[in-house]
Amino acid sequence: MNEGVAPATPASVSGVPRVTPAPGPKPRRTAPLSVIVGALQSAQGAILPALFVAFSTRSSGIWIGVAVGLALAIIGGLFAYISWRRLTYTIQQQDIRVESGVLSRSARSVPYERIQDVSLEQSLIPRLFGLVAVKFETGAGGGEDLSLSFLTEDQGEELRQLVRERRDGQEVGEAITETGAATPAKSAEQAEPLFTMGPRRLFTFGLFEFSLAVFAVLAGMLQYVESFVDFEIWDPEVWEVFVRDQASTVTTLGPYAQVASAIAGLIGVFLIGSATGLFRTFAREWDFLLERTARGFRRRRGLFTRTDVVMPVHRVQGITIGTRAIRYRFGWHSLRFVSLAQDAGASSHVVAPFAKLGEIAPIVEAAGFHMAGESADWHRASERYLVDSVVIDALSVLALGVAGWSACLTFAPEWSEVALGATLVLTGLAAMIAVVSWKFRRHALDATQVMVRSGLLSPTSQIATRLKLHSVEIAQGPLSRLRGYATLHLGQAGGVFAIPGIPVERAREVRRKVMATIAATDFSQLESQSAA
Amino acid sequence: MSTSIPIDPETAQRATPSFGKATRETASGADSSAVDPGALDDDGPLTQLHPNYKLMLRIKAIIFALVLVVAAIVIDSQLGAEFGTPVGVVSAVVALLGLFFVIRLPTARYNARGYQLGIDRLRVVRGVLWHSDTVVPFGRVQHIDVDQGPVERALDIATMTLHTAGSHNASVSLPGLGHSRATEMRETIRAHIRRESL
Repeated sequence: MNEGVAPATPASVSGVPRVTPAPGPKPRRTAPLSVIVGALQSAQGAILPALFVAFSTRSSGIWIGVAVGLALAIIGGLFAYISWRRLTYTIQQQDIRVESGVLSRSARSVPYERIQDVSLEQSLIPRLFGLVAVKFETGAGGGEDLSLSFLTEDQGEELRQLVRERRDGQEVGEAITETGAATPAKSAEQAEPLFTMGPRRLFTFGLFEFSLAVFAVLAGMLQYVESFVDFEIWDPEVWEVFVRDQASTVTTLGPYAQVASAIAGLIGVFLIGSATGLFRTFAREWDFLLERTARGFRRRRGLFTRTDVVMPVHRVQGITIGTRAIRYRFGWHSLRFVSLAQDAGASSHVVAPFAKLGEIAPIVEAAGFHMAGESADWHRASERYLVDSVVIDALSVLALGVAGWSACLTFAPEWSEVALGATLVLTGLAAMIAVVSWKFRRHALDATQVMVRSGLLSPTSQIATRLKLHSVEIAQGPLSRLRGYATLHLGQAGGVFAIPGIPVERAREVRRKVMATIAATDFSQLESQSAA
Repeated sequence: MSTSIPIDPETAQRATPSFGKATRETASGADSSAVDPGALDDDGPLTQLHPNYKLMLRIKAIIFALVLVVAAIVIDSQLGAEFGTPVGVVSAVVALLGLFFVIRLPTARYNARGYQLGIDRLRVVRGVLWHSDTVVPFGRVQHIDVDQGPVERALDIATMTLHTAGSHNASVSLPGLGHSRATEMRETIRAHIRRESL
């Protein structure tokens, strides 16, 4: 912080109700340590280029490499310093204003009312210095959200409190006494843990996150290395020699050893894949903690980059319970909240990445939803829609296959029978998939919710509050008009909610019921009702 | 939420019409033309758009058809010069297509469109081949635009756009309203929104 300005900041005088704007809030700078973090980050970015320069120039290479690395770090640090000097933020009565830019100045103002929530993010280097990046989620798309990097941990927490207080104007008094009592950084919010994941759970989770991404990364790096060192990975001769050498060793071992080495190779791939999955899961989900606080849901997770996100309950527009084919066999599911705010690029917040349904249910309840009960009145899409989608899917596969078959007839007649057989099998498969997906895709309407379930191998459920939908559309194409079915689109903030292929009468019925719920409550009451 | 607002679908349905009737009197007292008699039936008859909208569709179709025909004539003469195909075949086909665009299509599109202004909701219907029937509750409208392009201004019609917070149908536009009707509708809807934007 800029020392001269700090005492005048509204946050530090939060004991006084209604901060007087008389002298006008002064622009503030982010924490000076951010300059060092910026320099370190650019040094970190300079390591790889420096290494490659060092390797590629052989003899005196190390010194050139070090020089290049240092130069990059210094330039990065300089830029970090200039942009730190030029970035100021002002906490005003109505909004937060950020002015930045070295050559071209830009000023952005974000009204408190528009801020969905404030999240704190710490990646490794800032974490060592006790700094956080403060992100203001406004629901603006395309990464246009405002963020301040970096503030000290206390400042970040203070700012978060402040934004919440200003946003919920009517609750100012209460909130300030709350923060005034304790130190503002660690306000005594009673938090009730809803879901945690210990190392054991993370281990199980990691095994299911099996990933071969590391091989792609290795291939990419090899390609990168290739341009610096004398190793042509795309030169077949290199590999031929390599394989011949290996093969000659293997053939001398006899057939059993060959099988054994193949199995060992597979096991190796499996181990690497599992290790990658474990590592990524541990890094992302370490010390996962979801709490129910007075303000909403608070989620903290991460080993190297630690994030701290708060989702107010009334911003939760809907929930999605998903899973994947293998973990579903073992009863594992994930729970996400749909809201306008962005979470690491995704438009929904993962609140329980790996949990049994029994653990998910209480979180769902806490968010004001309920799981579909036994009595749920499930409906499928119309049978005409089933017939049409089977015919369309099968025909399009058939058309492709026939094209391939006729190509075979002219160019490779000996393969034509195989092509024909494959075409028929694939066509049958496409038809079967269409039938199965129809059979397992259902929707239901209860007193407060709209629910959709789909999928056989990895069933997904979507639940939306009827009250928090924004529009209802019945859409029909030429075919569906002829056949009397329609797709129902429900306007959900931050999510997509559609029910395809239901009979028109059912679509109208659902719309009538949903509209009756929506129209009874105005948008402005949504907040207060759910907050109460 | 589920516990705080117990809305039984049946009672909710019954509750809304009575709420509607109560407000309809005051609303119709203030502005009789703004409220449709079949306001609470989402499948009721539609109000037609301003007749000038058909004219505007036709003007746009004429411009589009003219561009097509000019392009066709150019292609035609090129083809004739290069391959000796009979001059005028392509142009004639395109001209027929253009006539269809100008004569038939605007009427079809105009007839397919319509709206229904209810006590607490607006229903917008459009599409000849791809049909869409959207209902927007006033209680979920974030803000309202009334726009006029140059042609629309000459014809004294306007496009009203309702913006919602939903990702699907983030904006629902209703073109072809008489300008005064559009502003009048905007005021009606605005009166229902206690806080225009969050």
